[in-house]
Amino acid sequence: MNAIIVSTLLGVIMMFCSWGVKSQNAQKNIALIGLLCLIIANLAQSNGWYEFNYDTKGMLLFSHFGLYSNTLLFALTFIYVWINGEEISKLSNAAADFYSLIFFILCGVSVLTSFDNLLMLFIGIEILSIPLYILTGADKKSMISNEAALKYFLMGSFSTGILLLGITFIYGANGTFHMTSTVIKLSTGIAHEQYLLSAGLILLFAAMNFKVSAAPFHFWTPDVYDGAPTVFTSFMATIAKAAGFLAFINVFSTQYKSLTTSWTLLLTFVILSTLLVGNIIAVFQRSVKRMLSYSSIAQAGFMLFALYGKSDIAIEGILIFAVVYSIATMGIFAVLVKMKENSFEAFNGLAKTEPLLAFATTVFLFSLAGIPLTGGFFAKYYMLAALLKAGAGLWLVIVAVVFAAISIYYYFKIIQAMYFTAGEPAIHLVSKNYQYQLLALAILLLVLGIFPNLLLNYLYF
Amino acid sequence: MLLVSFLLIPFLAALVLLFIKDNKTAQWIAIAFSVINLLCALQIFGNAIPDFDAAWLSNVNSRFVLHSDGLSKILILLTAISFPAIFIATIKNDYKKRNVFLSLMFFTQAGLIGVFLAADALLFYFFWELALIPVYFLCSIWGGEKRIAITFKFFIYTFLGSLLMLAGILFLNAHTLDHSFLITSFTKATLTPAQQTTAFLLFFIAFAIKMPLFPLHTWQPDTYEQSPTAVTMVLSAVMVKMGLYGVIRWLLPLFPMAVQGASGWVVAVSVIGILYASFIAIRQDDLKRLIAYSSIAHIGLMNAALFSQHQIGVQGVLVQLFSHGINVLGLWIVADIIEQQTGTRSMQAMGGLAKKQPTLAILLVGFALANIALPLTNSFVGEFLMFNSLFQFNVWAAAAAGVSIVLAAIYTLNMVQKVAYGEIGESIQKMTAPNKPAQAVLILLLLMVLITGVYAQPLFTLTADTLHKLFVK
Repeated sequence: MNAIIVSTLLGVIMMFCSWGVKSQNAQKNIALIGLLCLIIANLAQSNGWYEFNYDTKGMLLFSHFGLYSNTLLFALTFIYVWINGEEISKLSNAAADFYSLIFFILCGVSVLTSFDNLLMLFIGIEILSIPLYILTGADKKSMISNEAALKYFLMGSFSTGILLLGITFIYGANGTFHMTSTVIKLSTGIAHEQYLLSAGLILLFAAMNFKVSAAPFHFWTPDVYDGAPTVFTSFMATIAKAAGFLAFINVFSTQYKSLTTSWTLLLTFVILSTLLVGNIIAVFQRSVKRMLSYSSIAQAGFMLFALYGKSDIAIEGILIFAVVYSIATMGIFAVLVKMKENSFEAFNGLAKTEPLLAFATTVFLFSLAGIPLTGGFFAKYYMLAALLKAGAGLWLVIVAVVFAAISIYYYFKIIQAMYFTAGEPAIHLVSKNYQYQLLALAILLLVLGIFPNLLLNYLYF
Repeated sequence: MLLVSFLLIPFLAALVLLFIKDNKTAQWIAIAFSVINLLCALQIFGNAIPDFDAAWLSNVNSRFVLHSDGLSKILILLTAISFPAIFIATIKNDYKKRNVFLSLMFFTQAGLIGVFLAADALLFYFFWELALIPVYFLCSIWGGEKRIAITFKFFIYTFLGSLLMLAGILFLNAHTLDHSFLITSFTKATLTPAQQTTAFLLFFIAFAIKMPLFPLHTWQPDTYEQSPTAVTMVLSAVMVKMGLYGVIRWLLPLFPMAVQGASGWVVAVSVIGILYASFIAIRQDDLKRLIAYSSIAHIGLMNAALFSQHQIGVQGVLVQLFSHGINVLGLWIVADIIEQQTGTRSMQAMGGLAKKQPTLAILLVGFALANIALPLTNSFVGEFLMFNSLFQFNVWAAAAAGVSIVLAAIYTLNMVQKVAYGEIGESIQKMTAPNKPAQAVLILLLLMVLITGVYAQPLFTLTADTLHKLFVK
């Protein structure tokens, strides 16, 4: 509760900052301080100190897992603003507006980690999505950015419609929006209720797949990621996506039992098509930004493994995957922001001119590819382990690792350009400070690659 | 603590070297560290070494456990001897940014030693990858003309293999009683024959790619050819042993039923690979490619012997792991000296080395004879045992593999003839003063070839406990 209210308040405060505080730097600092307050408020709640305690009639349920994932996502946002503040300022002379939108998104995030009622799921997704539509179109003068925003808005609204339809069907079958108390056993229910429930869950499933850009509902992703200003693509692909996944897991880890065997079939189909589409199309991309958007689809395929069945390892896995993947993606987008063009050739010879930056980029790519000693390895490891634990066949694990090997191909193209190809990199001037920030991110990934426990221990107390 | 020091010394060396910009100093520091490592490694001949056990990933139940037995010891000895030998032998080669080059070499060494010591499957996988990644950079930055594409092929090939092994590790982990990754709990896991076969295949593909075993060998000749020679030496002297090590350490004890079932196929494929590689070696004109194919043949024989499931065969492999490393290292050093001084690897234009540089020619002949496994050389001991075991397994397999001895004699002696004898060729003409440090290394290695060829008992004693564990339950 603390997080929901504090983030809304901070959003409003930031809105006033856009005309009250003129200095861009001060706006960034206010946002950072606000994020710290938000983290503290959230930590306070997980330690049992409720600043705001309203009776939500069970619509919101604050689990330890939800609060901990809040903390992690807020911390990631802090890192995001800390690194990208300057770039955000460049997009408009009222950067505080963007920060305010980010705070509203965080409000959506906190709803999505704590809902226990399908209506709250709908509200959370809307609170999260609408600011994202605006951020996509943040570059007002660019036609591509405008197109992306419109596309995202239309497709997003359509999928929300499907989500609502699904929720309606489920309501028709269950007679309530609450989730935990109302899992109907298909065998005992009346026939038409069963159909309603199944149809509702499948519609809900499709809509959630759209939100996390899983195939075959992924078509908006490359265009939107490509069209949005790179700093906001970075936010969309990381924190917003992670929140979508947490919501996804929250719904289906309790509800999947009512779909029984068809659930596994459905999920397997979505996972396989997501891995296939993401990995294979990414191989053929000429633009790094588009490659990264397909790779983000591929990574979503891996994250879906956590849905196979609820287990400790799946819960731990989704957290570590979300954090590690977000850090690596933020890092690589932060490098991409500084490039003059998005082609692979732009990276040629980067290791010669900017060795620190090249090293950090290598670590980010290693992590995305899941190479040991980086956090990405454990992210993938946990997902595969969760899959086996949930009783899925070994063949699915083998398919997954084959796709992981394919992903090496497109991630390493950047490394090859940086280290082995001679040339003049097309890069803007990068300040030392910025390089050290990225290096810190890279070191964080390496530390998580050797001691992933650092992240997980807090889950249990 | 001794086991940890094997790992710490190369890590420390790698970190120190990153900050030494001067080429000469970097070179000497690298040699110093590798010699210290060798001195440490010599202690393995002493008493039993206590295991190292530390908590690591408590959430997934994986521990940082290092354990050494005869198999680990002999490979650690090989690694420890190879690195100083390589550093000294290539002291005159010109590598830009030498300190980074040497630093990556030490990371590779740390990875290799870790692979040979790890007693926890996840830790094993970590080191397995750690040994690979520096090699990717070494070959891609310092390699030959076509290096980028070829190294990439090598990397994806082996990475796919290791990911499949990871799937196998996860599969086994799910079937252990205490859900740990320790090799001791893996042995206690109860698997049905079908499950054993699945897990066996997942592991075996990774090992077969690494060895490399026909028909998964296609990365190897290209990579050996394009890599800087110092890296090729590491690859063929030590790194390919990772695959054989994996078979002895993980496959034979963990999946006895599956090994039993697959042995016929594996031996057949290995023997085909031996003949195939030998025939191709005969047709090679490039010195490096010739050694590469000859190496495929030798590794194939070792693998066949492992799957023939006789104690003497495994004993032969344990000795041959070491001997093959020393021999192939010697051959590479000779090839490197010739290439550095003449600028070519084509044997067409060679000839007359015996007249121009007699010492080098004698050394070349010495290693060539060891490559054919002539009696009195070290490989004779191992190959004799391996053929013996193969003969007991299947006479026809032994006969077919036996043809490879003849073929080995053909391509090796042909090579010696083309390089060392006859009129002085135009490229040999360009050779200048002998490369003293490299020749000194070669002499030491040749001494080792002869000594272990006559008196191999220390190697048998060193590896006795591994055999005991495998065959006397």
